[in-house]
Amino acid sequence: MNRPAILAAATGLLMASTALHSAYAQETIKVGILHSLSGTMAISETTLKDVMLMLIEQQNEEGGVLGMQLEPVVVDPASDWPLFAEKARELIEVEGVAATFGTWTSVSRKSVLPVFEELNGLLFYPVQYEGEESSRNVFYTGAAPNQQAIPAVDYLMEVEGVERWVLEGTDYVYPRTTNKILEAYLKSHGVADEDISINYTPFGHADWQTRVSFIKDFGAEGKKTAVVSTINGDANVPFYKELAAQGVAASDIPVVAFSVGEEELAGLDTAPLVGHLAAWNYFMSVDTDANYDFIDTWLEFIGDEERVTNDPMEAHYIGFNMWVKAVEKAGTTDPDAVIDAIIGVSVPNLSGGYSAMMPNHHITKPVLIGEIQDDGQFAIVYETPGLVVGDAWSDYLEGSKDLIADWRAPMSCGNFNVATGTCGGSGS
Amino acid sequence: MRLFCACAVLLLSLTALGNARADEDLRPLVDALGGGNFRETAGAVADLAATGNPAAAPVLELLRAGDLYTRRSDGVVVRGARAGRDIALSDVFTGEELETVGRREARQIRVNNSLRRDIDAALGQLTLLSPDPRVRAGAAQAMFNARDSAALPLLEEAIAREEEPEIMERLILARAAIQALHGESDSVRLEAIDEIAQRGDREASALLATVARDAPPAVTEAAEAGIAAIERRLALWNMAQNVVFGLSLGSVLLLAAIGLAITFGVMGVINMAHGEMVMLGAYTTFVVQEIIRTSAPWLFDWSLLIALPLAFLVAGAVGVAIERGVIRFLYGRPLETLLATWGLSLILQQAVRTIFGPTNRQVGTPDWMTGSIELGGLSLAMNRVVIILFALAVFAALIVFLRRSRFGLHMRAVTQNRAMASSMGIRTNWVDALTFGLGSGIAGIAGVALSQIDNVSPNLGQAYIIDSFMVVVFGGVGNLWGTLVGAMTLGVANKLMEPWAGAVLAKIFVLVFIILFIQKRPRGLFALKGRAVDA
Amino acid sequence: MWLTRHIGPAGWTFLFVLAVVATAVPYANQLLPPDHPWHASSYVVGLLGKYLTFALLALSVDLIWGYCGILSLGHGAFFALGGYAMGMYLMRQIGDRGVYADPLLPDFMVFLNWQELPWYWYGFDSFLFAMLMVMLVPGLLAFLFGWFAFRSRVTGVYLSIITQAMTYALMLAFFRNDMGFGGNNGLTDFKDILGFDLQSDATRCALFVASAAALGLGFMLARAVTGSTFGKVLVAIRDAESRTRFLGYRVDHYKLAAFTLSAMMAGVAGALYVPQVGIINPGEFAPANSIEIVVWVAVGGRGTLIGAALGAVVVNYAKTVFTGTFPEYWLFFLGGLFVFVTLFMPRGILGVADDLRRRFRRPSAPSARPADQPAE
Repeated sequence: MNRPAILAAATGLLMASTALHSAYAQETIKVGILHSLSGTMAISETTLKDVMLMLIEQQNEEGGVLGMQLEPVVVDPASDWPLFAEKARELIEVEGVAATFGTWTSVSRKSVLPVFEELNGLLFYPVQYEGEESSRNVFYTGAAPNQQAIPAVDYLMEVEGVERWVLEGTDYVYPRTTNKILEAYLKSHGVADEDISINYTPFGHADWQTRVSFIKDFGAEGKKTAVVSTINGDANVPFYKELAAQGVAASDIPVVAFSVGEEELAGLDTAPLVGHLAAWNYFMSVDTDANYDFIDTWLEFIGDEERVTNDPMEAHYIGFNMWVKAVEKAGTTDPDAVIDAIIGVSVPNLSGGYSAMMPNHHITKPVLIGEIQDDGQFAIVYETPGLVVGDAWSDYLEGSKDLIADWRAPMSCGNFNVATGTCGGSGS
Repeated sequence: MRLFCACAVLLLSLTALGNARADEDLRPLVDALGGGNFRETAGAVADLAATGNPAAAPVLELLRAGDLYTRRSDGVVVRGARAGRDIALSDVFTGEELETVGRREARQIRVNNSLRRDIDAALGQLTLLSPDPRVRAGAAQAMFNARDSAALPLLEEAIAREEEPEIMERLILARAAIQALHGESDSVRLEAIDEIAQRGDREASALLATVARDAPPAVTEAAEAGIAAIERRLALWNMAQNVVFGLSLGSVLLLAAIGLAITFGVMGVINMAHGEMVMLGAYTTFVVQEIIRTSAPWLFDWSLLIALPLAFLVAGAVGVAIERGVIRFLYGRPLETLLATWGLSLILQQAVRTIFGPTNRQVGTPDWMTGSIELGGLSLAMNRVVIILFALAVFAALIVFLRRSRFGLHMRAVTQNRAMASSMGIRTNWVDALTFGLGSGIAGIAGVALSQIDNVSPNLGQAYIIDSFMVVVFGGVGNLWGTLVGAMTLGVANKLMEPWAGAVLAKIFVLVFIILFIQKRPRGLFALKGRAVDA
Repeated sequence: MWLTRHIGPAGWTFLFVLAVVATAVPYANQLLPPDHPWHASSYVVGLLGKYLTFALLALSVDLIWGYCGILSLGHGAFFALGGYAMGMYLMRQIGDRGVYADPLLPDFMVFLNWQELPWYWYGFDSFLFAMLMVMLVPGLLAFLFGWFAFRSRVTGVYLSIITQAMTYALMLAFFRNDMGFGGNNGLTDFKDILGFDLQSDATRCALFVASAAALGLGFMLARAVTGSTFGKVLVAIRDAESRTRFLGYRVDHYKLAAFTLSAMMAGVAGALYVPQVGIINPGEFAPANSIEIVVWVAVGGRGTLIGAALGAVVVNYAKTVFTGTFPEYWLFFLGGLFVFVTLFMPRGILGVADDLRRRFRRPSAPSARPADQPAE
């Protein structure tokens, strides 16, 4: 074969494959999954990738969306924050996904935010976070601070009679903001300055001897003391191991955590930790049929009886079903239509009620407080009587108490200042 | 006569049925435990305790452990055990197996912290007179925690009966705690305060602080004086405590770095995959424990000891493979070893992630490593003590091995003068491979110890690699004693700074200190002298 | 002209290719319609722009490692510092368009209840001042660091490890929210640069061209330095430091000059990187990043300059492809690549290319680089 022939053949092949590709593409709706599968965050995010694959598979078995099958597109942003932005752009621009489910840390969300706004994509963010944000293109299905931290503190004050507080966090935005909100909240409830101790440690802090010893001392002043932990991921296991080693029992100094779920406890012997608390919107131990079905499907899908379910997985479950419902309501996957259609959409959550998408792109959820059990599960000891509406802008922070978000026309603003009556900054 | 017979029969049957009858009496109270909310359950616990019936104790223990369930079908409280996705139910008293039902068919009776305290107090009352000294000790502690004045007569009775001095001490303290808080007269309270202040530890000062909160002025004054005395005593111990923390951190650094001191320090390989060897050791521990859990649970207390040689072999074998497969082609090009081992570390991390999953794995702590030792005002967590001793033992064993064994001699010969060693008939190839294997194996052993205090995840190694290099370089490359002194110095310096500078700044200061120190002594604390320097 | 004297035929080829890319990509992005098969999407422009800044970074490492034997495992620090200087300028450009609409303070400061701008943020509203800082801050740090290290004759792995300590310490410091650099989230949500919208394709193309120009200039500068007498002394230091010292050269001065220059180049690379990826955060200081830079150089071919740039592009391209195509297995490929390169391609891609050319072309063809691996 001479050279032009090869060239022609190659071109033909290329064109054929392109044609095939586009024909295939017409029948499916692509859904992007943007979770780290390597690096430091893989430990938490890989599970979310799996749960998304499961939900998509389930939806496809039920006939897909708008009569089309869903096609997951998985990429690995490798816990590298600039890479998140690059991969987001790849998903929207190159792959043409209709919606993206992903990111975990605040910084990864901040990194992709401009990309989603520029290219008008849709992001469903499944993790509890610091609030102070509302973007037209992002749907926050995890908890805002008022859906997690404040009910937990209320519980400790009322049920356990806690009067002295250690706010222990990893040094990044989420703990900083949460602790700021809590500090203001506690002071408004008459807690004195000297009864609040705030401390930050770096990511992956592994040596907790000094801190735990401090907490023991701080708690030995005759007032009931509790620790509010916003310690992130990796640092939790050594923290709890040190608590156990130094004999800090939950009946003396309870620790309530906002970032420790079933997945984190899976790496721990929980027998010495029984009674320490966590506040979430979902626990695997929730006693509803919807939850048992979800667990059964998950265990089938992942093929490992030892695996657990956790709160961000439920957030994806809710977010995905909301998106499906909104797409069916709008009759198209066009982002603008979906953004309009999704507000007010209400889907069942796993704790026996319904969660609705609010105009500020946050959702309604119940708040549950659980105590750690010796089998790595949480026993639910408290549940808010009704659903709590996610608050994008905290009422307890100086800069944001006048801000509200409402993405319905005619306001359509993520940071509307009720004091000045203007939509400030970028969110126009 | 007939009447007498009837009575005798009744009496006989009563004694025979005694236990069963007692159980039947308790049954309605037990069923009340499943009342639905915490207040009702707490009421039922109090009722059970009030019966004074010893048969109630095991039920309360089951409740505390979260093993009691309410059966959905009839509301009866039963004992449940998880069996996969199902729950195996059995009778609360007899343990007779009833049925196995799905998770949806039985509801666990939940226990929160305040309920748990109630249960402990109730159990304390029920078991304070138990014949088993260990149970009595636990009960005495529960009485101390509960500080319930109603228990005072029971406590007096127990004190009168007690023979074990340690339990006696606990009981007297529990009595003092109750008297200090609820004593009838100031003189009784002051006496009790004196008794507590004598103990002089953190627990005592916490108790005194509670006493001081609302009490007559005389009592408050005495309690505060007691606290002040205790504080003075503890201030000195605090310093010592920080040094102990530092030594403990230092021993962790030593364990992490000591394998690197061989592969990097002695052989000159910039081994970026060193952290992954530590990780392999930790995962070996996990696998060993997993096997023991499923096939020989009675061996669990020995699991770490079993894991030690296996971790050494696994990591060592991987080390030998790496040396034979990659590093032997790179001798004399130390910077290239950096790149190759960096690649290997990525591969090993991903391999572990693929095999074991990306999530943390659970490595349990054997009983003998839990709890703490009180030494004066120091409180030493048992696992830390074990790790300090273990690190020193590994170090000593390594020194002896290198000094005394034939292989150690060969190794030193090869690193000092390869050509000469070779011409003396030493198979330098194998010495290289085994030396690298030795360094890797020791890293594996370190992994067994680190699995007790840190995450067992694919990222485990990354957390230690930089610290390890700092320790080796600070101590002086090629000198094991330097590694020991370096690790301990950095650990103690870090921990002494942490209370006032915070964890982050303390670490930054240590790093800056290392940078400046290297300017002063460009070859570390213990620099090798002689010709090797220019190599 | 001194800048062009030592470029050589391979260098001219490199510059030519760079010039072609720098014109073709903006052309394909701006002038070809989106459905044209050769159209370059903004994703492609951004990606290539990022590669170019990495190439400049690799060039700066090669300058000191390939020609002077200083293996810096902390060059990511200079890159990140340059990036932060640029990021601070871009933050100030946001003005009152932040979510809190504060005219003076960046969002993260409002968020943490800061009342006024810290002193070290002053001046960054001026582009010129910021550009000066982009070079000055990394340069000054490198100068101070090198001043101490080289005078004390810290060499070899000791130097490598303390550079690593430096970047690690900086990473921890920048992670602290109290530092006033945005903590873990870093600086993000940039709007425009010099009044041009950062999200428009035209600005992206301009940044792309600027990156290509910086890389070209950096390359010419590096060639000029290495080709000069100064460069010859550097190579002498690399091959036999003590001997050079005994010959009467002030080795520490030469090293210091090269190190500082290299750090400034890295700073410029960082400054170009930040507006193109849209975020700068302390993760850039991570020691692993700095090691990766060295890997790029090794993959491309150490001591060749062109190879360093090539290595950066190749490795990052591989990363882009693998993380998308084999998200679960890409680390195997990447790790395997590093092992393979060190074992079988000790002189990198350029070394292999060199060997092939020798084998297939005229045996007398001149080589672009010295044939022998430098002594350690």
